[in-house]
Amino acid sequence: MSGFEETILDEADETVRVRFVVNGRKVACEVAPRETLVDCLRGELELTGTHVGCEMGACGACLVQVDGRAVHSCLMFAVQADGARIDTIEGLTESGAIADLQAEFHRRNALQCGFCTPGMLVNAHELLSQMAQPSREAIRDALSGNYCRCTGYEAIVDAIDAVAKARSVGDAR
Amino acid sequence: MDFEETAVKARAFSYFRAATIDQALDAHARAGDDARFIAGGQSLVPALSLRLQAPRLLIDITHIAELRGIRREGACLRIGALTRHCEMLSEPLIAEFAPLLHAAAPFVAHPAIRNRGTFGGSVALADPASEFPAMTLALDAEIEIAGSSGSRRVKADDFFVDLFETALQPGELITAIYVPLFKADQRFAFDELARRRGDYALVGCGMLATFTSDRIDDIRISFFSVGNTPTRVKGAEAALIGFGLDAERIAAAQAALESDLAPPENDEVPPAMRLHLARVLLGRLLGRLGEAG
Ligand SMILES: Cc1cc2nc3c(=O)[nH]c(=O)nc-3n(C[C@H](O)[C@H](O)[C@H](O)COP(=O)(O)OP(=O)(O)OC[C@H]3O[C@@H](n4cnc5c(N)ncnc54)[C@H](O)[C@@H]3O)c2cc1C
Ligand code: FES
Ligand code: FES
Repeated sequence: MSGFEETILDEADETVRVRFVVNGRKVACEVAPRETLVDCLRGELELTGTHVGCEMGACGACLVQVDGRAVHSCLMFAVQADGARIDTIEGLTESGAIADLQAEFHRRNALQCGFCTPGMLVNAHELLSQMAQPSREAIRDALSGNYCRCTGYEAIVDAIDAVAKARSVGDAR
Repeated sequence: MDFEETAVKARAFSYFRAATIDQALDAHARAGDDARFIAGGQSLVPALSLRLQAPRLLIDITHIAELRGIRREGACLRIGALTRHCEMLSEPLIAEFAPLLHAAAPFVAHPAIRNRGTFGGSVALADPASEFPAMTLALDAEIEIAGSSGSRRVKADDFFVDLFETALQPGELITAIYVPLFKADQRFAFDELARRRGDYALVGCGMLATFTSDRIDDIRISFFSVGNTPTRVKGAEAALIGFGLDAERIAAAQAALESDLAPPENDEVPPAMRLHLARVLLGRLLGRLGEAG
């Protein structure tokens, strides 16, 4: 059994090799165990679309999808994601999955400085994939962990609401 | 990247991904207990990043299959320690047999945190402001613990000892939580008062009652964010058992909170304010319990 080698205890400062599928591409990188996923994505993989603010789960700027679910990449170490599928704002943009959300954010000025936007979009994407017609209340609830210091949220809620309605009209055709 | 330059970075640690409970327990012991289990990491990672904790070894328990899954076992629902907060919302077995947990789950943090945070992690941490630890008290749940000397079960009533202190010994692992199945003659209610949805509550409460027509045969009421531990209010429970839910009984239960609760000194929420909020919340929830019949 075991599996645990005591020598691991002396290797805290050494890097380990992790592999994941980021935005559909297989990647491997060397990380220290204490390196968070967001630092790995931004620093090693140069995917700087994922933003980092508070580094403690409070602001929501760092949301990415891990195995299809939105999670805070500041609340995960890269080693924990070994073997996982990770989709960042770059991947979601390339695939076109959130093109309508992005266009609507743009149209309604739902972003100003844009710092919060990647996290808002990852969250909105997950919400709309789980709930076709969320109420404004449900949208606000879903965004409760995403801080925006510019817009006052109203335009963000409007944009998500509009996309939800447009998508369901599209589906009905 | 230069970690020492910036403040919010964890100290160096070694990482071990355990495949079985035995591997996790063994690794903890061999690190001289200078180790932490990591489940959802939604409380532990911030604590490490802020350097409030700096263990030598992090033991990832999320790949241990034995800690997963929700199933009926006799008169109980066995909820694996790794059950994520979001599963409390999505799993039909929870909605049917542990509806109080289902009702509490939307109040636990924000959606992305619920995608990773685990039931076992929340109970192990025993944050007095957390929803789920308090609900294990209302549900009369049992916590299953694995340690070097085998497995044992501890009643929720005996589990929460003091501020962030539980019956868990260093190196012990919560493997599952057993919740008695919800029955047709039972009713439940849950709510909390918070400044903003997803924030920790100023005061929160959940309750489970067994009725014979409109008379309460048994009731367990548990508060959170009222002191050092999640807190059952036994005086209020006693004021209700054997009676129907009328205005007089509700007032008696509210009055009993004065001796049941001793909220700590706090600049933002003084004890008198918290006690007042607890009374208001209890009144509302008992009102809903009466209507639910
Ligand atoms: C911004 C933010 C808001 C939040 N809001 C709320 C809220 O409103 N209500 C709420 O309840 N929580 C809230 N949380 C905390 C969240 O619910 C955590 O998920 C939960 O408290 C801990 O679960 P975890 O699985 O993430 O545990 P971890 O962070 O992995 O671990 C927490 C502790 O428990 C230990 N542990 C974990 N699993 C086990 C086990 N099976 N056996 C023994 N020990 C174990 C760990 O060693 C560690 O000491 C919030 C967190 C954040 C970041
Ligand atoms: S950087 Fe992750 S939540 Fe703020
Ligand atoms: S647009 Fe600036 S923080 Fe939201």
